[in-house]
Amino acid sequence: MDVLLEMKGIEKIYPNGVVANQGVDFSVAPGEIHALVGENGAGKTTLMKILFGLEQPEGGTITYKGKPLHIASPHVAIANGIGMVHQHFMLVPSLSIAENVVLGLEPKRGLSFDWKTAVSQTEELAARYNLPVNPTARVQDIPVGMRQKVEILKALMRGAELLVLDEPTAVLTPQETTELFAALKKLKSQGHTIIFISHKLREVKEISDRVTVMRAGRLIGVTDTATATERDISRMMVGRDVVLHVDKPPTTPGDAVLRVEGVRYVADTGKEVVKGVSFEVRAGEVLGIAGVEGNGQRELVEILTGLRKPSAGRVIAAGKNVTGKDCRAVRQAGVGHIPEDRMTHGVAGLGTIEENLIADRYDSKALNPRFLLSLKSVSELGKKLVKEFDIRTQSPKTPVKMLSGGNIQKVVVAREFSANPKLIVANQPTRGVDVGATEFIHKKLLENCAEGAGVLLISADLNEVMSLSHRLAVMYGGEIVAVFPNADEVTEEELGLYMLGVKRMKLAAGSEAS
Amino acid sequence: MSEMLQAIFSTSFAYSVLRVTTPLLFAALGGLVSDLAGVINIGLEGMMLAGAFAGVVVSAFTHSAFLGLVAAVASGVLMALILGYFSLKLKTDIILAGIALNLFASGGTVFLLYLVAHDKGVSTSLASKVLPQVTIPILDKIPVLGPIFSGHNVLVYVAMIAAVVVWYYLYRTPAGLRLRAVGENPNAADSVGISVHRVQFTALIISGILSGFGGAHLSMGYVSWFARDMTAGRGFIGLAAEALGGRTPVGTVLASVFFGIADALSNYLQSLSIPSEFIQAVPYALTVIALAVYARQQTRKRARLAKLSQNPEKKAA
Repeated sequence: MDVLLEMKGIEKIYPNGVVANQGVDFSVAPGEIHALVGENGAGKTTLMKILFGLEQPEGGTITYKGKPLHIASPHVAIANGIGMVHQHFMLVPSLSIAENVVLGLEPKRGLSFDWKTAVSQTEELAARYNLPVNPTARVQDIPVGMRQKVEILKALMRGAELLVLDEPTAVLTPQETTELFAALKKLKSQGHTIIFISHKLREVKEISDRVTVMRAGRLIGVTDTATATERDISRMMVGRDVVLHVDKPPTTPGDAVLRVEGVRYVADTGKEVVKGVSFEVRAGEVLGIAGVEGNGQRELVEILTGLRKPSAGRVIAAGKNVTGKDCRAVRQAGVGHIPEDRMTHGVAGLGTIEENLIADRYDSKALNPRFLLSLKSVSELGKKLVKEFDIRTQSPKTPVKMLSGGNIQKVVVAREFSANPKLIVANQPTRGVDVGATEFIHKKLLENCAEGAGVLLISADLNEVMSLSHRLAVMYGGEIVAVFPNADEVTEEELGLYMLGVKRMKLAAGSEAS
Repeated sequence: MSEMLQAIFSTSFAYSVLRVTTPLLFAALGGLVSDLAGVINIGLEGMMLAGAFAGVVVSAFTHSAFLGLVAAVASGVLMALILGYFSLKLKTDIILAGIALNLFASGGTVFLLYLVAHDKGVSTSLASKVLPQVTIPILDKIPVLGPIFSGHNVLVYVAMIAAVVVWYYLYRTPAGLRLRAVGENPNAADSVGISVHRVQFTALIISGILSGFGGAHLSMGYVSWFARDMTAGRGFIGLAAEALGGRTPVGTVLASVFFGIADALSNYLQSLSIPSEFIQAVPYALTVIALAVYARQQTRKRARLAKLSQNPEKKAA
């Protein structure tokens, strides 16, 4: 088979020590649509950033059109006919579509920008590739699907022959997705090659010729789409190399510590990302929510923890109505939160371990007897928690930024668990955390649960949700599509089918997951 | 009072409006170009001051008003290069760099003034030149229009032309398109191979050229000497005019004229028994009110949009 692009033995380690690519081999044949799939954090985007010159690999070679190519910057990639449509669009909102398309390659008449030619060039390109746009409309006034077309036109304008699309359907409605696919097929028929990053298997099946699966920074396999079933691909994506053994004590759940009733959330873009979700978490149980990221979990968690206000519905935590209340009120009701992105919502990186540990209680009587912080009490608390939660550090006065990912997460866990919460909302609690720290965090989570706290665990890591949860729910497309009252009776494959939207349960509205 | 009104509705009042608007317009246009490129130029004041000083000194030593003007523009550009070097190259905060530039210009010109004119206040001991006045043929014979538009010093006309050129540059040339793209989304510009740095440097230099003209107008047209801190906040008023004008060339011109009218008015009203400080404060008070009203409308509009997207059903209802 012909090879257009060959990446061999690509290694990428980010400065913070995250290994994103380990000896990845990836090749694309001319004129194919090649899907690159894997869970979040599998290293797909990193690999493509290396291809587009946005990141430099530590090792490996790239051969393009039979010649070795060193891609030092996006300009090199563009000059060689490689175009990329980023997840976050690179457009200038106040300019027209035509101006965005020709930016950097402006047609001129005398000294002036030749607006008419810019419009006709855009129209011509749009017609040739079946990507209809109105060249005179301003980008700020057009919907997301149209913006994506503009991005594709921009790449084509620069002579892209190999087009990389990074999760192009994540922001699209089903109708827009259909249109995009028609356009991609047209591009393919005209000789373009497309790399399509996704984790939606149905789309991969529909559009691609071949699939490369990545997991945890490694290449898992390459297969012809036609001969593989969604089940096969899903098994490759999810894998089972790290099997975590957790001794989960049996539980007799108590009263509900969290009741979510018909929560909806409409994003600024007008897209409804949480569509009427209802469930309960009882004291002494772990309710796991599995699902591919970007199916409304983040918004749901932010609503439950006070970071976001729901558009509709009610949230009752520990018996108090906390709907639309701020983080402080939610915390005071007895909710602890292990956020998905610890550097943004979990810690202040420049602050010391101690300071981060008291961030939720600096005003308590114990630490703040009169007007000033009692530094002695602060430092005692710091020492105690560092020891209890096994935070590996020289001193509790070390800035959190200096710690490894696992230890930073332990700081968050130490603060949240030591506040004796009635409910713990843990969103991807062990992402990017080493195996030792993962085990430790799991152990602590189950300890708290055994002591009577309710735990809501959201994770894209199937091993994690399956081994920790007593009950399981699956979120897909902003809805809960499946509930399993006994987590031990579910297989990964079955769960995968719900996560990827292949199957869904019939659930009575309002009684979901309760 | 009727005398007052008569004075205001006279051709000589309109003439003076044009005269005082000119330096504000130069500053505002300079601010507009750099602001649209995403580099807010707080140093306009210092750039103008340097220009005003250099114009006087060079014209005095070369006996040439033209060389004085060239020196004024050159020193404006030099100041812009300094600002660009610190903020774009060394990545210092551009606001702080701009403030430093203003303080440097304020102190530096007084220091140099003392060296060349042995005076820390004004340059009257130097025989500096003034820029020529231009009588426009035919137009100057027309009643009303003639006395208003004819007979100004040459930079008044340069300012008018500059406004048109700036508009053309920003909205009709490829370079202007790139400049606006850089200011609005530098990542987008970068992703298509536009050098964000170069575009921003260019914008600052254009800003420096316009400020240099503005400074020359003050010391070589408006009056015929340099005085310490003679820009008297005109650089900042230029920035305010550009903001009030909604970051568009037409709006900037209108806002500059508005400030010019207020400035001319306060010159005229000084003959009345109202305290002059009060009169001088009126245009700024009006600006604050105008900006507050504008900002309120904008936030309301945003809130309404947000509400609509939160409850899309309501839109249909």
